[in-house]
Amino acid sequence: MRVLGLETSCDETGIALYDTDNGLLAERLYSQVSLHSEFGGVVPELASRDHIRKTLPLIRQTLNEARLSIDQIDGVAYTAGPGLIGALLVGAGIGRSLAWSLGIPAVAVHHMEGHLLAPMLEAVQPTFPFVALLVSGGHTLLVYVEKVGHYQILGESVDDAVGEAFDKTAKLLGLPYPGGPELSQLAKSGRQGIYRFPRPMVNRPGLDFSYSGLKTFAMNTVKKLGDSIDAQARADIAYAFQEAAVDSLVIKCKRALKQTGLTSLVVAGGVSANDCLRGELKKLCDKMSVELYFPKLEYCTDNGAMIAYAGSLRLMDGHIEEAVIEAKPRWPLDTLS
Amino acid sequence: MRLLALDTCTEACSATVIIDDEAHSQYQIAPRQHSVIILPMIESLLAESGISLKQLDAIAFGCGPGAFTGVRLGASVTQGIALGADLPVIPISTLASLAHTAMRLQGANQVLSAIDARMGEVYYASFQGSSADDLSCIGEEKLSAPESIDLPEPQASIAQWTGIGSGWDTYHQQFLQRSEIVTGSLAFQWLEDKFPNALDIALLAKIQFANGKMLTPEEALPVYIRDKIV
Ligand SMILES: Nc1ncnc2c1ncn2[C@@H]1O[C@H](COP(=O)(O)OP(=O)(O)OP(=O)(O)O)[C@@H](O)[C@H]1O
Ligand SMILES: [Mg+2]
Repeated sequence: MRVLGLETSCDETGIALYDTDNGLLAERLYSQVSLHSEFGGVVPELASRDHIRKTLPLIRQTLNEARLSIDQIDGVAYTAGPGLIGALLVGAGIGRSLAWSLGIPAVAVHHMEGHLLAPMLEAVQPTFPFVALLVSGGHTLLVYVEKVGHYQILGESVDDAVGEAFDKTAKLLGLPYPGGPELSQLAKSGRQGIYRFPRPMVNRPGLDFSYSGLKTFAMNTVKKLGDSIDAQARADIAYAFQEAAVDSLVIKCKRALKQTGLTSLVVAGGVSANDCLRGELKKLCDKMSVELYFPKLEYCTDNGAMIAYAGSLRLMDGHIEEAVIEAKPRWPLDTLS
Repeated sequence: MRLLALDTCTEACSATVIIDDEAHSQYQIAPRQHSVIILPMIESLLAESGISLKQLDAIAFGCGPGAFTGVRLGASVTQGIALGADLPVIPISTLASLAHTAMRLQGANQVLSAIDARMGEVYYASFQGSSADDLSCIGEEKLSAPESIDLPEPQASIAQWTGIGSGWDTYHQQFLQRSEIVTGSLAFQWLEDKFPNALDIALLAKIQFANGKMLTPEEALPVYIRDKIV
């Protein structure tokens, strides 16, 4: 079964063709980063306006690369949520209508399920059940994954998402948007032990996270330095922020693995591209004899491949939906089945 | 000639299937429900008119101006259907469609269409003509506060202008206080409670189709008029 995947939940237009027999056939990704960078964050209306210009040309390019025509696809998967309502509606509107006009099934995909299943696109795949750490611009989730569609939330952020904290702290340090990757680059020239950021929520039982305090701590540190802040101080702050952010993720992963007794950990979402996080989790998992899985770097952040893949699983399972266009800006992962 | 037309730009959601001189239409005031009802609406119209998507010659859509999300939904649905069914598309202005409504219902031949743009402004344009074939926009489609819109030049030969659209429904007081109207150099009547309708979009698209003015599916793009958004 060949499934066309459409991802338009935020600031990337991602299109992919996934074949359940032959794997990924072709894909295209267009990032709007340059469009939003001058505003220091995603401007929702601009994002929507760009998605509707880019989606069809990218679908055509993807089909061309796979040497297929539109009537050779068997299903359409589109991100229906969570995300920006206007942006979601473009992908949902085009995707659902396209499937309807071709007379093929469509499936509304949960964006975070897409992230969660992205490691399944790799050669070595995790086996169910596993613990998943989903870390992105809008989410920080620890999930007990029994099987596809069966997700139990073990813990989540009570305030900012970890990616958001990376981005806000980066902005504070004068880095361009989106700051996560930039901050982690800057942290490479930072020194250990100059600043110590708090580890929010680690002294409390449970698996929830909190990141707004880290951001505030970074702000106060920058303020205290005032005009005396130099390149080295910035790098030291970046280092200390990242160390604390990663540390709290690692501590909670350890707890979740112990609590569930599971021996596989899947990490996905934009922040899973962070090499410090990857390194620390590797150490943890080696120590605990836990198998660790990541998506490849391109599939950490938003992309069409993960949506096509997640959708293909549901379509293969016989998913049927009405010809109704639906976008769900808020859509809890644990309401899936 | 077989056309499908759809519109989701404003409070109304509508679709029309035209087979030569026969028209099948549905029109519903359904704020925030457009995404849910549009495809079933088209499906039932196709069933009623006994044709399939593949038998259509083109898809017309209300391309705006209107609510951003609604305008984009219409364009998205059009793009999706047109790509799947390999059909050309015909964008039709919602303001022009309203002018056609006034012409069709009241025989108006000078129309000022205005759509409420929120934030104290209206999208508007003036149109002249005697039938769908020669309906033409005078100047361009614009956005402004209701009290400062450019009113059409008074035409001695034809005295009466017709106002139509939600811009009039909301702001007729402000319009009617304009000195040109108060002093009588322009005469206006006002057609209440009219939203863009796919039937008028289809009737205007017929002319475009006859003139070969079709676009590719990816060219089914919204016209927002309001471009200052940040
Ligand atoms: N190397 C990195 N280190 C830290 N953060 C990173 C890195 N690479 C990407 N990020 C962060 O990942 C986030 C983007 O990830 P993603 O695209 O998955 O998020 P999103 O789609 O905006 O949010 P969500 O998936 O929750 O809807 C941004 O916050 C970005 O800064
Ligand atoms: Mg994401």
